Amino acid sequence: MGAPRPDGRRLRPRRVALIMHIDLELNGARVALNVEPSALLLDVLRDDLGLTGAKLSCDVQVCGACTVLVDGAPVSACSFLAVEADGRAVQTIEGFRETPAFAPIAAAFTRHAALQCGFCTAGMVLTVHALQQAGDLTDEASIRHGLAGNLCRCTGYRAIVDAVTDLTVSASAE
Amino acid sequence: MSVISPPEVGSRSTPQVGRSMARVDAAEKLRGEAQFVGDLVVPRMLHGKVLRSPFAHARIRSIDSTAALAIPGVVTILTAADLMDIDPFYGHAIKDRPILAIDRVRFAGEPVAAVAATEPAIAEAAVRAIVVDYEELPPVASLDAALELGAALVHDDPLRPGDFHGLGTLPEREGNICYRYGIERGDIDAVFATADIVIEGDYVFPSVYQYAMETHSVVAQVDSGGIRIWATCQHPFLVRAEIAALFNEPLGRVRITVPYLGGGFGSKSYTKMEPLTVALARKAGRPVRIVNRVDESMVTTRRHNVKARVRTAATSDGRLLARDVQASFDTGAYADNGPRVTATGGDAAPGPYRWSAIRVQADCVYTNTAPSGSYRAFGASHLQWAGELQVDEVARRAGLDPIEIRRRNLLRPGEQVRPGGTPLDADLIGDVEKVAEALGWSRDPVAGTGRGVAVGLLAAGAHPVSSAVVRMEADGTAVVLVGSTELGQGQRTAFAQIAGEVLAMPAEQVTCRGTDTEFTPYDRSTGASRSTTLAGLAVQRAADAIRTDLLDIASTIWPDEVASITLRDGAAWCGAESRSYPDLIAKRFGLSGGQLIGEGGVHPMGTGSYAEGPVFWEVCIGAAEVALDRETGVVTILRTATIADVGRAINPQLVERQDEGATMQGIGNALFEEMVFSDGVLVNDNLLDYRIPTVMDLPAASECVIVENADGPGPFGAKGCGEGALAGIIAAVATAVSAAGVPVRELPLTPERVWRAIQTTNRSDDQEEATP
Repeated sequence: MGAPRPDGRRLRPRRVALIMHIDLELNGARVALNVEPSALLLDVLRDDLGLTGAKLSCDVQVCGACTVLVDGAPVSACSFLAVEADGRAVQTIEGFRETPAFAPIAAAFTRHAALQCGFCTAGMVLTVHALQQAGDLTDEASIRHGLAGNLCRCTGYRAIVDAVTDLTVSASAE
Repeated sequence: MSVISPPEVGSRSTPQVGRSMARVDAAEKLRGEAQFVGDLVVPRMLHGKVLRSPFAHARIRSIDSTAALAIPGVVTILTAADLMDIDPFYGHAIKDRPILAIDRVRFAGEPVAAVAATEPAIAEAAVRAIVVDYEELPPVASLDAALELGAALVHDDPLRPGDFHGLGTLPEREGNICYRYGIERGDIDAVFATADIVIEGDYVFPSVYQYAMETHSVVAQVDSGGIRIWATCQHPFLVRAEIAALFNEPLGRVRITVPYLGGGFGSKSYTKMEPLTVALARKAGRPVRIVNRVDESMVTTRRHNVKARVRTAATSDGRLLARDVQASFDTGAYADNGPRVTATGGDAAPGPYRWSAIRVQADCVYTNTAPSGSYRAFGASHLQWAGELQVDEVARRAGLDPIEIRRRNLLRPGEQVRPGGTPLDADLIGDVEKVAEALGWSRDPVAGTGRGVAVGLLAAGAHPVSSAVVRMEADGTAVVLVGSTELGQGQRTAFAQIAGEVLAMPAEQVTCRGTDTEFTPYDRSTGASRSTTLAGLAVQRAADAIRTDLLDIASTIWPDEVASITLRDGAAWCGAESRSYPDLIAKRFGLSGGQLIGEGGVHPMGTGSYAEGPVFWEVCIGAAEVALDRETGVVTILRTATIADVGRAINPQLVERQDEGATMQGIGNALFEEMVFSDGVLVNDNLLDYRIPTVMDLPAASECVIVENADGPGPFGAKGCGEGALAGIIAAVATAVSAAGVPVRELPLTPERVWRAIQTTNRSDDQEEATP
């Protein structure tokens, strides 16, 4: 994982001659990629690199299912040019799940059954992590504000707010 | 197998049913490992894109694919001309839908051609390069237009019944009405003529998009081995049957694999994008994947918009006498599940009260708009709110509290709901009292707020055919094979608990995977709140067969004490002696191999017809308290409560999650979700213009009360849930807004609509004051 496919399969038509070279840190490993200027980060991750944890849903930066972290900040990969990731650190759920910060979030979501179909879950988890890192989860109002860009059609949000509240409470108790 | 610590002699096995076990799929989903159809890559797979009609109604004069085919990377282009070797029409209720439009398009968004190419962007470019010469025709763009005398016909061929409508003999079309459902009992006209109180009103329910976050997605492969499909389908066995019929294949040569679904809510019930993807793969000679965009899925299926006229008759002291409902369901250009939605709506229309007379006429109507199908709690969501508004109006005029009028008039268990159907199987009065208490009904109302409660019933369970296989492996763990789809509701967890309970072993040691029609036995469908009840019953029976097997083996070990042998915590016990399941299996098979296999099934007791049903009545109860800003028309939901009348909660936490999810969808349906069509063309076809609830819409408090009266037909007295709360909350929000003083006739209750209603009320109040 992390390198372009040996067959060099790209998402966009070959007709576009311009190819840009980018270097980024992807899930902790340095990756060099050739991408077209119009390539979206989500398509590169999913189709070229096989990292399918980020999902395509609304395609207009509303739902958050495609959330990945760029330099630690959540972005909608459906609307983020791959070339914009040049020289930056990109973290997807495939990378984040191997870090120590993943386990407490996963445990809280599991305890509260704060997931159902799972389509929004990876984006939700990454957003929670970014908010935690930024110190933006202090009370229920801040949790709601922080998660307003991640849609979930299944749970009705109650369990997600409860799970994140748990994380906030246990963090402040430490 | 882990070491089993011996329990106290005579103690029960650790209960598996009734505990909030963690979801068995939590880790896969949290880690981003759960695979959805759009994540699957099949060798040599092509990418399919669909050319859709921009017009709601048009004749296709010609299609020119020459330029599109010349684009490098384009493998094939499918048009209706490629379907002439088969009968290309499908539809489980009415066989009215061609795989691709043939000569005529009936809705904006109807597939006209499809491209398979090596890359998605090439396919997209080719779609744009196809030249279609359309002759635009005037669309039948609304229910009113479709029902006008002499209206143009959306379909003019004779009606062909589908194979799975389950609605008896389908009569011929009447104009644009493709199906009619009626109930009549008692002398309705006489009752209305003499009643003290008569309430009448016209009501409008909007078209709504289910918005499962995962769009409809299919991978299909056609070769000499048959047809292979990976699809986002809730009812894989019904889709298999339709694909087999379309492409003249035996059932056994059509294989459908269903991975995790990113939500369904009815949008993935029955056949959707599968026939087109199969037809494209068949022509391409290579596997093809089609993943809809959101705007494409929005015109693939939606919730019926409805116009209804509702009348209620009552005595001056608040005894409900008669209900008369005439409702038209806009099923769009193709019937999809419209007939069943209409029938279920008809069943829900009277409301569960002790009527002397009822008359319901529910019509399913074709229009030149996107097809409508199933969406969670269909039927009840459409009409419960209108009937409940009128019950509240009767209460106001009779000087009764909304709880009291319901207490006096609601049906009791065992009473008839509708002629010929299942009698009431729930304690509705108890449920209403519980939901009122949960909302805080006894507190004094605050000025500027309104409180509402709503009760209804939903015909649930669909057709009762399910089967399951449970295998116990040589290590004592178990595997459940069942053709029910995991779409977020958590049925794999529930099935593991049911099997674990029967087999007296931890549910964590039971594995349940998704449907593969080649290996999992037949299950009719995943919908109508039926999985825990019916597939769960099949799982229980399959596990029970293994239980019998285990006891048989144990009886050869303790032949003289057969009656005292019990199964507990993964072992057979006879007094203080025990043999673990692996020991028992080894005893049967000689060495440490082999497998115990149990089968279980459910089938209809009568003919299985819709008229004899339903399997159970799902309770639709909600309560809401709203604050009303009279300056802006903004409605804020302060608190909600719902009742999960589930008979027995297999997993209480997952029951709560079902109600919580349904509550938020109910809030969206009631307050702001609405698909807007202009001349039949969907205007707000994206998530910027079509808003669904975010976490900001979560009420400050919402409570789900689980009621366990063991009165369900499912395993351990369980019955389904997860839909009723949606209809209950829509209706509770409507009654609450009405209680706050705003007349409610049309949903959603957007600020503009509420503000206008307030202005109208103010004006009529002024006039009343001005005229002594």
